[in-house]
Amino acid sequence: MAHFTKKSKAKPEISTASLPDIIFMLLIFFMVTTVLREQEVQVRTILPQAEALTKIEQKRYVSYIWMGPEKLRGNAVGDTKVQIDDAVIEDLTNIRSIMYRKLTEQPRLIVSLRVDEESEMGIVTDVHGELRKAGTLRISYSSRRDISSM
Amino acid sequence: MGILAKKKKRAGAEIPTSSMADIAFLLLIFFLVTTTIDVDTGIGMTLPPEPDETTPPPPVADRNMLKILINAQGQVLLEDLPSSVAQIRNEVMTHVQNNGVDARYSDSPGKAVVSIKTDRLTPYNLYIQTLDEVWMAYFEIWDTEARSMGYANYVGYRADLEDPSENEIRDKWPAQVSLAEPDPGN
Repeated sequence: MAHFTKKSKAKPEISTASLPDIIFMLLIFFMVTTVLREQEVQVRTILPQAEALTKIEQKRYVSYIWMGPEKLRGNAVGDTKVQIDDAVIEDLTNIRSIMYRKLTEQPRLIVSLRVDEESEMGIVTDVHGELRKAGTLRISYSSRRDISSM
Repeated sequence: MGILAKKKKRAGAEIPTSSMADIAFLLLIFFLVTTTIDVDTGIGMTLPPEPDETTPPPPVADRNMLKILINAQGQVLLEDLPSSVAQIRNEVMTHVQNNGVDARYSDSPGKAVVSIKTDRLTPYNLYIQTLDEVWMAYFEIWDTEARSMGYANYVGYRADLEDPSENEIRDKWPAQVSLAEPDPGN
């Protein structure tokens, strides 16, 4: 009988004292990995597929340049345009100064070219030329993994 | 006097921490929702620096240069021979691994250069496929080399490196892919 009373006395409770710590750990993890401002991409970029891919792990080095047909109302697309950050670049020679400024802020800059697969090389070559003038020579042609080869 | 002292003693004030978890949870959920963990994948390249009039580009012997030309119609010219994208990988591998055996290919892996030239109207997709094939050729060479050193593949070898700049395989088989200057105008 004594045993029974003992059982009812012990109130097992999980200590919640460390709960905030656990949550804070998770919170800090997500805060560090978060990229807050995702730009709204105004051009269509369906990336090409490739096999020989490398991952860019250091996301803070990466700057994106989007190239592709401009998205119009509905599903229509217009002429091929270049977008950096939030702005569509009309005059391609502006890329030089924009990228040069980015390079001074981040000397290990990697420019990720997100080019629509239906684009032509002309505009890509033009952007290459501007990047070379700016001195941002590390580039990456953003591509999707080729599903058929897996 | 007695009342005041009593009051002071009582106010051994503690901030209630029970809501701390809730606050942290709210923040956590916010960051969970806004996070994107997708890693950008792509084909890495290094552009040649802006040409300088005083220092001409280093001369490359014709045999060390594998020329790939892709025209506006999407046709591939490999060393002046009509070809296809599928043939590029083998051709690059023979070219790089030649070691001076065949006079049409490179002297040594260190000197071998692959040059890609495109037209303004070349489809970008085809250019990426070409570049992909060239890099896959190098990856296959690196994989073979890594296997001979007792690793499963090149990725395994690279993960095992203490200093990424002391990559023996890449020093032995450097990937030299160059983008040829486009023809001015059409």
